[in-house]
Amino acid sequence: MAEFTLPANSRVMKGKTFKAPAGATRIKKFKVYRYDPDSGENPRVDIYEIDLDQCGPMVLDALIKIKNEIDSTLTFRRSCREGVCGSCAMNIDGTNTLACIKDIADIRGDAAIYPLPHMGVIKDLVPDLTQAYAQYTSIKPWLQADTPAPPNKERLQSPDERAELDGLWECVLCFSCSTSCPSYWWNSDRYLGPAALLQAYRWIADSRDEYTGERLDDLEDPFRLYRCHTIMNCTNTCPKGLNPAKAIGKIKQKMVERR
Amino acid sequence: MTLRSDLGRVRGLGSAKEGVGHWWAQRLTAIALVPLGLWFVFSAVSLAGVDLAGFIDWLDAPGNLLLMILFVGVLFYHMQLGIQVVIEDYVHGESTKTVALILNKFVALFCGVSSIVALLRVAFGG
Repeated sequence: MAEFTLPANSRVMKGKTFKAPAGATRIKKFKVYRYDPDSGENPRVDIYEIDLDQCGPMVLDALIKIKNEIDSTLTFRRSCREGVCGSCAMNIDGTNTLACIKDIADIRGDAAIYPLPHMGVIKDLVPDLTQAYAQYTSIKPWLQADTPAPPNKERLQSPDERAELDGLWECVLCFSCSTSCPSYWWNSDRYLGPAALLQAYRWIADSRDEYTGERLDDLEDPFRLYRCHTIMNCTNTCPKGLNPAKAIGKIKQKMVERR
Repeated sequence: MTLRSDLGRVRGLGSAKEGVGHWWAQRLTAIALVPLGLWFVFSAVSLAGVDLAGFIDWLDAPGNLLLMILFVGVLFYHMQLGIQVVIEDYVHGESTKTVALILNKFVALFCGVSSIVALLRVAFGG
C-alpha cells in the first residue's frame, strides 16, 4: 500500500537555534530541514535568525548567508541564482519553488524550508533525483528524424510550428512539479511524472520530429501516462509559470486522436 | 538491493500500449451519467410516497424501464473503471493488486446484472 505515515527514523526532531546578532532590527526566522543519513540521527529542523537588513532579497541569499556566516554544514544545491538552472528547487513556505527567485518578502511569518517532498534525501536540502533524471532520459529528449537535415542549413519551422513549443521549452527541469504530485509520490516507480511528461510533449509537439507515433507508443501505459489524475499541483507550483497539466492533457488528446 | 541501471529500472517491462481505452470509457460514461443521473434523481423525488403498485406503473411507462437499465448499467461500469484506478494508485503488492482488481470487476458485474434482473422482474412481474 501507499505509505501515509513517516517511518520512525524519518520523524523530524527539534534542532538547534542560531540567534541573530545583537542590534539586529529586522529579524526573520528560517526553519531549515537538516538531515545527514550518515550520522544515523533523525532529521531535525534548525532555526536561523537572519537580519534582513544584512541579507539579499531572495531565499537563496539567506541560505548562502547562513552557509557563509553561520553554519557551513548546511547543504543545498545552487548555481545560476536567477531561475534558469533549476538547481535550488526546494519546498519553501509549503510550496515547491526555486529559492533564487522566491522573494523573502513574500513569506508571511517564519520561513519553513524543506527539500523537495517524497524524494530520498542525500543531505539537508539535496534530494536524490537519480530516478527523475532516468525518467527524463527514458522519453528520449532529443530530435529524432530519418530525413537528413538539409546541407548547410537548419531544419526549418514555420512561426506557428515554433509557437507550439512555447510554454514547453522554458522548463528548467527543477522537478518542483513532479515532487508536488501525489500521484508521483505513490507511483514514481512507474508514473513518469509531470516534468518528464511535459518534456515528452515538448518533442511530440516539435514539427521537426519524425518519431511522434513511437513517442506516443512509449507513453501509452496505465502508469507512465495515465496516473495523471489532473490534480493540478504541478501547474500551481511551477516556479517558471508553466502548465505541465495542460501538456499532459494534450498528450492524452493525441492518444484519442490517433485511435 | 539491485545493480540494475536507473534507465533499465525506469523502462521496466516497457509500455503496456493500453490505457487510452480505459481513459476514454471513463469520460464517456461520466458524460452519459450527467443526464441519466439528473433524470434518476428527478424521478426518485417524484416517486416519493408512491407504493409498489405505483412504482410498477411508473416502471412500465414507455422509456422509464429502458432509462433505468441504462442508468444502472452505465453506473456500475463507471464505478468499476473508477475503483480500478484507485486500486492501481494505492495497492502496490502485485498479488494483492491482482486479487483486488478481479474482485472489483466481479462485484461490479454482479451488482449491475442483478440490478437489471431485479428491474425486469419488477416490470414484468416475474
